[in-house]
Amino acid sequence: MADYKPPPLPSPFSFTQPAPTLLTQGAEAHLYKTVSLDPSIPAALKIRPSKPYRHPILDRKLTRQRIVQEARCLVKLIREGVKVPALLALDWEGQGGDSGWGGAWLLMEWIEGPVVRVVLEQWEAWMKQNSSSLDEAQRAREEDRVRDLLNRMGAAGAEMWTPMGLLWRGEIVIIDLGLASQSTQDEDRAVDLYVLERAIGSTHPRSEALFDALLQGYRESYKGATSTLKRLEDVRMRGRKRSMLG
Amino acid sequence: MLAIGMEGSANKVGIGIMLHPKDGGAPKVLANVRHTYISPPGEGFLPKDVARHHRAWVVKLVKQALREAKVSVADVDCICFTKGPGMGAPLQSIAIAARMMSLLWKKPLIGVNHCVGHIEMGRLITGADNPVVLYVSGGNTQVIAYSAKRYRIFGETLDIAVGNCLDRFARTLHIPNDPFPGYNIEQLAKKGFRLVDLPYVVKGMDCSFSGILAAVDGLAVSLGLSGEEQAKADDERINSGEADRDPDARPTRADLCFSLQETVYAMLVEITERAMAHVGSKQVLIVGGVGSNERLQEMMGTMARDRGGSVFATDERYCIDNGIMIAQAGLEAFKTGFQTPLSESACTQRFRTDEVFVDWRD
Repeated sequence: MADYKPPPLPSPFSFTQPAPTLLTQGAEAHLYKTVSLDPSIPAALKIRPSKPYRHPILDRKLTRQRIVQEARCLVKLIREGVKVPALLALDWEGQGGDSGWGGAWLLMEWIEGPVVRVVLEQWEAWMKQNSSSLDEAQRAREEDRVRDLLNRMGAAGAEMWTPMGLLWRGEIVIIDLGLASQSTQDEDRAVDLYVLERAIGSTHPRSEALFDALLQGYRESYKGATSTLKRLEDVRMRGRKRSMLG
Repeated sequence: MLAIGMEGSANKVGIGIMLHPKDGGAPKVLANVRHTYISPPGEGFLPKDVARHHRAWVVKLVKQALREAKVSVADVDCICFTKGPGMGAPLQSIAIAARMMSLLWKKPLIGVNHCVGHIEMGRLITGADNPVVLYVSGGNTQVIAYSAKRYRIFGETLDIAVGNCLDRFARTLHIPNDPFPGYNIEQLAKKGFRLVDLPYVVKGMDCSFSGILAAVDGLAVSLGLSGEEQAKADDERINSGEADRDPDARPTRADLCFSLQETVYAMLVEITERAMAHVGSKQVLIVGGVGSNERLQEMMGTMARDRGGSVFATDERYCIDNGIMIAQAGLEAFKTGFQTPLSESACTQRFRTDEVFVDWRD
C-alpha cells in the first residue's frame, strides 16, 4: 500500500511560510491550519480537492455548488449571530492548481478547542475503563455531563443547519457546514438530523441513546422543531429503512 | 466441515460446496455451479417464471455440484440456503428444495442472509479483513461497515437498487439481457463520451436512483432512442462513427449509458468514501452483481488510492449471486452453533443486513 500524499496546495498557499499543516482528511475536504495576512493570525483552510474519479464536468459542478453553499451558510449564520467561524476568503473556481483546476478552497477564522467527536470518544474510553469502579450516582453524573454536552450541541445547530463536526470551548461552535443546506424546509433539516443521528450511532454504538439529548437541546432552542422532528420520524422510516419483517 | 449452499433469491439458481478443513487450513471451494434465467430484450424477469426455472434446475445442479466436488451425501455436514432478502417465489422454491434435502439426508439447515453471504465470500476471496463494504446488485444497494457483532448499514438506496436502475434503462434502450444487462450497458458506454446532465441524488449517506431513471428514460424517449427499431438505427449511427466527431451532436444511446454510469457510480463512490472517513478504514470491498463493473471498480480504485487505501473486488464467479457464498456464510454461523429449525425455515423477502448477529467475528 503506497504512503498517502495529500494533493498539492492551491496557489497562494503553496508559498505560505510556514507551510499549512494538514489536520484532518474528511471524505470531501482537507482541513489545514495556516495563517491569514499576518503570521500571527491563525486561520483554518478547507480545501475541496477535485475528485479524479469523477467525470471532470460533474466534478466541477458538484465542487463549486457545495463550496458556495457552505460559504453562503457561514455568512448567513454570522449575520444572524450564530457562533460559527468568520469567512475570510473563497475560491470556487480553484484556478490555483498547477493544472488549472485543483479544487476549490475556503479560508475561515481559526477557533481553538477540542472537537466534540474527540471529547465523546475520550469519554467513552474513560467510561469503559472506569465504569466498574463508579457507583450508580457517579455514573449517572457522568452521563449527565455528556448529555449536557450533546444538548448544547443540538441547541447550537438549532437554527436550521446541522453541524457535522464541532469544536468546543465551553461553548459549542459549529465549524463544519460541508453538508449543511440553506433550506428552511423541514425535509432538509430532518435529513440533516438523520445523517447526524446515524453518524453518532455508527461511530459511537454506546452513545446511541445520547442522540435524544441532542434532540432535546434542539427542541428547546428552535421554535419550528416540532414539525422538523415529526418529519425526522418519517425520514427514519423512509424507503427501505422501515422494519423489513413480513 | 462441508456445507452445501443453495441460492435462488433472484434470477440465478446457484449451488456451491464449501470445505473448511478440520485442521483450520484455508477454506476450499469444491464446486460452484449456477444457471441463470434470462428474459428477452425489453423485458424483465417475472417471479413466477424465475421460480419455475429454479424448480426445474435445482435438482440437476445439486447432483452436478456433488459430482464436481467428488463428495457423497454422507460427507455433508449442513445445508445452507438463502432465507432472504429477495423475490418471494424464487426464494420459496429453493427453500423447499433445501428443506427436502435436510429431511431426506437428516442434515441440519442453516438459513443465511443473502447480503451477509456476499460480504463473507468477498472477505474470504480477497483477504480484506475489515473493509467498508459496498454491496451493489439488482436488488440491493448498501454501504456497510462492521461494528460490534453487526454489519451496520451506513448508507443505502432510498428507493430502487442501482442494478435495477441499470436493468430497467437497458429495457428502455432494448439492450439484451444476456449475459446480464449491466454488462451490455458497460460495453455500450465505452463508445460514449458526451456527458448529459442527469440528477445527482445523494441525501446525507443515502442515495436515490428512481429519479435518475425517470430522467434518463425521459431523455431517451425525447431523443427517439427507446424501442427496438430505434436501437438498430442508433447502433448503425454509433458504429459508422458519424456521431463521433462533434461533441455537440445529438447524444447516442452510448452517450446515455456513459452518462448514467458516470453519474450513479460517482454517487456510490461518494457515499463509500464518506463511510471510510467515518470509520477510519482504508479498505473497500465491492460485492454484488454491479460490483463486476470495471468502470465502478476503476473509480473506486482511484478514490481509495487518493486516501492511501485499496479496493478489493471479485470476479463474476463470486460477486454475482452464487451458492458458494451461502455455504461460506452458513458454515461460519454453523461453527458458532447456529442452526435453523424446520419450523423457522420460512424465507422472507425482507431481511435486513443488520438483523444478523455476527457471532463469528470479533
